[in-house]
This record gives sequence, C-alpha cells and structure tokens, in this order.
Amino acid sequence: MAYSLTFGQYQKALEEGKYIGLKCGSCGAVMFPPKGVCNHCGGTNLQPKDIIRKGVIKTFTVIRVAPEGKKPPYIIVMVELEEGPCVLGNLEGLSLEAADFSLIGKKVKLGNKLVQGDMYSKESRMLAFELITG
Amino acid sequence: MREVAILGVGMTKFGVSEKTNIEMFAEASLEAIGKSNLNPKDIQALFFGNCLGDFEEGQLHMAPFAHAEIGLPIDSPATRFEAACATATVAIRHAALMVRAGVYDVVLAGGTERSTRMGTPLATRTFAMASDAIYETPLGITFPGVFAMATHMYAHKYGIPLKELKNHMAKVAVKNHHHGTMNPKGHFQKEISVEMVLNGMLVADPLQLLDCCPFSDGAAAVVIADAKKAKNLVKKPVFIAGLGQASCGPLYHQSDLTRVKAREASAQMAYKEAGLTANDVDVVELHDCFTIAEILALEGLGFYEFGKAYDAATKGETTFGGKIIVNPSGGLKAKGHPIGATGAAQVTEIVEQLRGECGKRQVDGANVGLVDTLGGDFGTVCNIILRS
Repeated sequence: MAYSLTFGQYQKALEEGKYIGLKCGSCGAVMFPPKGVCNHCGGTNLQPKDIIRKGVIKTFTVIRVAPEGKKPPYIIVMVELEEGPCVLGNLEGLSLEAADFSLIGKKVKLGNKLVQGDMYSKESRMLAFELITG
Repeated sequence: MREVAILGVGMTKFGVSEKTNIEMFAEASLEAIGKSNLNPKDIQALFFGNCLGDFEEGQLHMAPFAHAEIGLPIDSPATRFEAACATATVAIRHAALMVRAGVYDVVLAGGTERSTRMGTPLATRTFAMASDAIYETPLGITFPGVFAMATHMYAHKYGIPLKELKNHMAKVAVKNHHHGTMNPKGHFQKEISVEMVLNGMLVADPLQLLDCCPFSDGAAAVVIADAKKAKNLVKKPVFIAGLGQASCGPLYHQSDLTRVKAREASAQMAYKEAGLTANDVDVVELHDCFTIAEILALEGLGFYEFGKAYDAATKGETTFGGKIIVNPSGGLKAKGHPIGATGAAQVTEIVEQLRGECGKRQVDGANVGLVDTLGGDFGTVCNIILRS
C-alpha cells in the first residue's frame, strides 16, 4: 500500500502551520491525524484534506503527577473537530483555576507546538488548543 | 476441540519486593506446579508475561531465563507476552488455546512485574509508553489522566453531578480495600474511608490518590492442561468455559471513553463460547485500576446497563450480600497491580473461589467466575470465564 500521508509529512505540515487530514474516497469520513486505512469503512482510497481547525471539548483532565521529564500541572483535552474526528491535545493559555467541568462543550481553535523529546522519543509537533472567546 | 482445565495456581505476596522478576516468577510457578502434583519436567511450554523488565532490571528476553530458573525441559519453549496491564491474561488465553487445539497437554502461564523499582516518575513514564507514542504520549498523558478524562465524560454524558459521582467512586475504593483486608497476599490490608479518598492529593483531575491502584511487585502463575488429564491429577480442576480478547486503537480512535469497545467485544465472545450471560456469574475479578474503571467494567461486562453502575458500590450491590461480588481479592486497588502478573492473579483468585479456598473472603457457592483485564488505554481487553 502507498501511504497518502505519513507522520513525517503531517509533522512537516504542522511546522508550516498547515493541518492536513485524510478524507475517505469510499465513505467520506475524515481522519486526523493520518492513518493507514479509513477508521469507519477500512477504505484505502484516502486523499489529503485541509482541516478547519475548530472543535468542541468532549472531556479534559489536569495532569498533576507527570511522567519523568514533564512539568505538571498541565491540561489535556479531547476535542471533537468540526469534521468529526476526536483528537487529544494540550489546552494552552488558560489558568488552572478555570480548568473545571464547565470546559466540556466549549469551542476551541486548533494549533500546535514543539514538544521536546526525552531519552525515549524525539522532539515532535503536538496538537495544542486555545479556547475561542466571544 | 478439547476441554481445558486449570490445575494448580500460585502467587507471591504482592507489594514491594526485594526479589528479582525471575525469583518472584519461580516462587509463583513452583507453587502452581507443585499444587498440580506435577514436576517442572512435565511442563511442555511456558507462556510468560512481563511488561517492563527492560526498565526495571535492564532485562529483555526474560522468558528463557524464567524457564531455566525453574528447570523446564529444553524442548519446552518459553515465549514472552506483552499486552500492557492485560499481559498475563493474554498469556493464559493463548496457553489455553494451544491446549485446546491439542498442541500441548500441560503448560504453564503467568507473569511477573517489579514496578516499584522504577520509582513513580519513571514508572509513570514507562506505563505511558502503552499509550500512542507518536500522536498522544508526548502530550504528557498518563494512565490516571486517561481514566480522569473518562470520569469527566461519564459525569457529563449521564448528567451525574461530578461531586456525586466522586462520592460513589470513593465507595468503590472503600469496598475494594475492605475486601483487601481479608487477603493476606495483597499489597494493602487496611480499611479506608470515603473522607480519606476525597481528601487525597489530586493525581489527574478529578482522580485523587486513593482512586488509583498502586505500583506493585509480584508474580502469579497457573498450570493449564487437557481436562481429561486434569481429573487424574487434582481433586478440583476448574474448567475454562469461555475465552475472549479484543483490540482497539489509540484514544483518538475511541472518542467515547465511557464505552470500552474492546471489552464489549471480548466479553461477548467469552459469554457466547461459555453459553452463559452476566446473570450466570457468581464472582468477578475485574480491572479496577481506577475507581471509575470498575464502574465502566461493570457496564461493559453486562452486569449493569450503561450509565447505571455508578452507585453500585454505594448500594452494597458489589460486595458480600449484594447482587454480584466484585473483586473479593481487593482488586487491583488493594491487592495491587504488578502489571505483567495481574491477570494471572485474577485467574488465581477465581480458581480459589471456585474451589472454596478463600477463607474469610469466600463467595458462598461460587460456581461460575469471570476474569476481566484491560490493557493500555482501552487497547486490549481479555476475558476468561471459569466454572467448577
């Protein structure tokens, strides 16, 4: 099989501020981040597609006890993007006191940030969200 | 296909151990082999579970060393299994499948883990390696974090005020610690209170310290054999009535964290094979790595409708005298969670329950028992139904 979009290409796009997912040619479902086959129908005809970069928080947590190499506390959210897929990312620019149950359902804008590697991983660009205010 | 039975079972004390992974495994397996009235030379294959030996002791490829330690024959192959927290259950399932298929007559399966040697920061880092290392782990996600997100999602989906849900979750911890006081081999034998749970330090909002199982050391092992052979060796063989295992992808694949899709598929497989339903189960050892995890499992295994198990512990339905006795061993919460050994310890508990050997925590008249083990962030679930 030929990969329509690899992790490397996806990373390069994030670096350029582009958010590329995949659209299934068989059922129309959108995948983000990329994947070998369609999540929904298993189809392999996947075409690159720009992501709108908007979504809604489905759930969240504040990590207080972190893995070695991470500095807690920080917020992790699961966001349902406008196109359908759910992704994890950090929520930035919010005070921890405001990180309560009311976050669920709030609208966010998708961005990304460079995360340092550690002994077991290389640095990479990861998803980061900010609340859409107003 | 042949009927398969469990003969002897063995388990070390869980907790903090000075013994090596292999020493703990040898202790558990020689107990299991001895109780089977067999010798190591009778074992035809070893299905060996270990997750993080490379980080704990700098040891990869531990299976052949464990094999040599207990004197298994050179033509008895030893294979390592890794399925995060479901490691040993997956090893046992594959051992049972091989015996069922007639490849072997008598095998040994189980696991060992020495988690505490890593310390909390490295253990948290290495456990997080069971999340998606490319798209999710670098965010700093942890296992408490995953179940914390599931908790918030559960409260929101079913419209249960978070404070109320947290109180019911605390009762799960209190219940399992109470069971644990009756299990001398468990990590903890102390009662806790709802207040202690709710006053604990936050680990990942909204989970507090006593919502979480501990890092533990320990090993457990079981001997699995053709049922015809088993009847001549032990008084009370326990029969494998149903097996299930299912797989799911990373969190971004799953979207609804209140529904463990792999569990629903795995349990369905095991019930179907056994010709049984949740109503037939007398005792269950299920994957309570966090208090919310017990609630999700009760629903996914069919003991409760979705969204209805959250107050089961508060109502006393999951303890002695209740509707279904859940985690009489103390569960992962109190018995401890040496991840590579956990599934084998769950099987050990159910086998001893079905044989009536559990003393103060014995479930009266238990004939059918269920094992449920979850690996990673919902990626693997393995179920085993046992009957006396």
